[in-house]
Amino acid sequence: MRRNFSRSELIAVGVIALLGLIVLPALNSAGLISNFAINLWGKYLCYAVLAISVDLLWGYTGLLSLGQALFFSLGGYMLGMHLMLMIGKLGQYKSDLPDFMVFLGYTSLPTFWQPFRSFLFAALMILAVPGLLSGVFGYLAFRSRIKGVYFSILTQALTYAGSLMFFRNDLLMGGNNGFTDFKLLLGLDLRTPGVQRGLFIATVALLLLVYLGCRWLTMTKFGLVQRAVRDSETRVLFSGYAAANYKLFIFVLAAIIASLGGALYVPQVGIINPSEMTPDKSLEAVVWCAVGGRGTLFGPVLGAISVNALKSWATRAYPDSWLIILGGLFILVVLFLPGGIASVPGLLARTMRRRKKSDEPIAAVPATAVSAATEA
Amino acid sequence: MKLHRYLSSLLLGGALALCQGSVARAQAPTPAAKTTDTVKVGVLHSLSGTMAISETSLRDILLFAFDEINAKGGVLGKQIEPVVVDGASNWPLFAEKAKQLLDQDKVAVTFGCWTSVSRKSVLPVFEEKKGLLFYPVQYEGEEMSPNIFYTAEAVNQQATPAVDYMLSKGYKKFYLLGSDYVYPQTTNLILLEYLRSKGVPLENIGGGLRKDEAGNIISAGKYTPFGHTDYQQIVAEIKQFTSGGKACVINTLNGDTNVPFFKEYAAAGLTAETCPVVSFSIAEDEFRGLPAKQLVGQLGCWTYFQSIKSPENKKFIEDFQKWLKATNTQGIVKQGRVVDSPMVLSYDGVYLWKKAVEQAKSFDVDKVVAELEKGISFTGPGGVVTTQKNHHLTKSVYIGETKADGQFKILQEFKNVVGEPFLKGKFKAAVTTPVTNAANALAVAHP
Repeated sequence: MRRNFSRSELIAVGVIALLGLIVLPALNSAGLISNFAINLWGKYLCYAVLAISVDLLWGYTGLLSLGQALFFSLGGYMLGMHLMLMIGKLGQYKSDLPDFMVFLGYTSLPTFWQPFRSFLFAALMILAVPGLLSGVFGYLAFRSRIKGVYFSILTQALTYAGSLMFFRNDLLMGGNNGFTDFKLLLGLDLRTPGVQRGLFIATVALLLLVYLGCRWLTMTKFGLVQRAVRDSETRVLFSGYAAANYKLFIFVLAAIIASLGGALYVPQVGIINPSEMTPDKSLEAVVWCAVGGRGTLFGPVLGAISVNALKSWATRAYPDSWLIILGGLFILVVLFLPGGIASVPGLLARTMRRRKKSDEPIAAVPATAVSAATEA
Repeated sequence: MKLHRYLSSLLLGGALALCQGSVARAQAPTPAAKTTDTVKVGVLHSLSGTMAISETSLRDILLFAFDEINAKGGVLGKQIEPVVVDGASNWPLFAEKAKQLLDQDKVAVTFGCWTSVSRKSVLPVFEEKKGLLFYPVQYEGEEMSPNIFYTAEAVNQQATPAVDYMLSKGYKKFYLLGSDYVYPQTTNLILLEYLRSKGVPLENIGGGLRKDEAGNIISAGKYTPFGHTDYQQIVAEIKQFTSGGKACVINTLNGDTNVPFFKEYAAAGLTAETCPVVSFSIAEDEFRGLPAKQLVGQLGCWTYFQSIKSPENKKFIEDFQKWLKATNTQGIVKQGRVVDSPMVLSYDGVYLWKKAVEQAKSFDVDKVVAELEKGISFTGPGGVVTTQKNHHLTKSVYIGETKADGQFKILQEFKNVVGEPFLKGKFKAAVTTPVTNAANALAVAHP
């Protein structure tokens, strides 16, 4: 068990940081990378943050949550509320109220919308709302020792209930159409390439922080207990650990991570609506995780990026058969690559070692056997 | 743990690939803009997901229109090259695809969207990147983007003429029922104002009212969520509602929820004679998935019906069927195809755009929009349609009665109704006779 970051990992993270925070944005402002590409990658990286949150739960704690899309969307909605109020008189009706409220005949801003004029409040809510919701839900679920498939079903029901609630116009959250047509963020025009570049950089920074934070967490003693819960919760309980508390912490943390990803997703994509919190969106995130390789943290990042890039490409290149292409790929990965994309180098290394073994004279066999044993 | 080294190298490799990919993408030349003999045109509909059943038909009719135009020499001597993308009933994906069409493919115009939310999600993209979108499906109005042309029915080209028709037939009570989203909510709010301006008392408008703290009505009618299946209680309520005299139902339920509703309706003994239902979301194409038998005698209102008898319509239907047989485009259903209003309005949009381009002698969006705003007429399958300065169309509205074969018998035609997107608050003039476009329109009985 490694308890600190390896040098090569830090170098890799450093290189990505350099690329994402400096090189790519610089190339974009020089015109070598299109604004479209930057915007698209910003979206993929938001999805990657969501995928990490799923991995933290599923890969490391054995909690297959199908409700992460809810927390992702809630983050988006919280920032969305602020963005809606920042449109001001630039909207369709030239009114201070968001367009959909004018639509519904409202003449004054409802009380619970008032504080969202402040960016700081919205930012706080991005953390607080999903945090509280997951805290209450998690507390009840874990205290009742709900686990396995029942936990999955409950979280799925939670996100479905959320989407049904947000679909209703009465909730005053834009109903089916949600929030769109954003104009300003912190006084800056969201539609300019410079601001989109800034959001991309922010997303890269968030992804790196979340990755490093989660890596660190999984290497601590806490991380060990977390994995012990995954592998045998009963033994953890017998050893005197309050498994429920550990799970609750992870659940709340994952909710907040997803929410942060969602908050950055909305200004880059330009829309948030209830169909983002339907259970199939959560399932999609689980698929990214599985394709990338769960329990590796960076696998889900690869999964989120590659699946979404493939989707972007295929919906344009093969608009009629892209679902079959994507579905076929998932089946292939599950059948032949259960460890996901992340397991490919390991597999290659093993085959190479095996080939080497057969090439070498018989006398060398014990040595490799020993090294293999120590590695295992 | 050697594994880590491999993992890091993988991360590194991935990062490089990311960088290369983006650079390659950015540097890739946009071939369409350079070639001289074709013009790229975007088709942005859902070919998968919940909306696919409706939207693939629009993709088909657009490809048909392009082929028809290309066979006659194209637009300004250029062949139309369709760029079909799949929005997959996923609204953020719609925005992404719109960006892709405008930024990478540099399409001259895009035809697309069905749901209001998909239009709302691409609207900022079209405005920011100065694109042009033709939107073909009936909608709630309250919108007028400089970069969108709404060939769709506005509320006064569907809902208010339908109410006019019912009033003229002596109906006194109106029950409003819809799916809970923005189109039914807005339509019903407008209808509430319209009915009251026509002297219909509040108690004769069924479905319930909701008021805010200040007492303003913010919602009228009964709403059920998407995918709702239990209509027993609502139908019982309607049955009670009909007891007091000539009543009808104004139905803005979404697609598949109509099946359980009409089943329950028939089971409760309600018929088109006792209490007719006027539906705004059921056209000929919907009967591929809905049992027409349960709807026989119920009413529909659109700006086109397949049963319209005109030489243009006859030729249009025949040519489309011929094209269906001949086409080898992947994914097109060839059997049992019909045409309906959203399809014809898509088709009209293509020809209006073609005319505007030819008049402007340019594909430039600003110039094309300027021509469209001046007023361009096209004699389509549903009669003459003319563009207006407010980006909507003047066109004829038809009331039809459902037949067992899923077609409509046309009962009445309102000629040349001017499309008006902003209707809320327009009919407040209470009992005094309101001056509305629909009322101005010459109502003639269809031969």
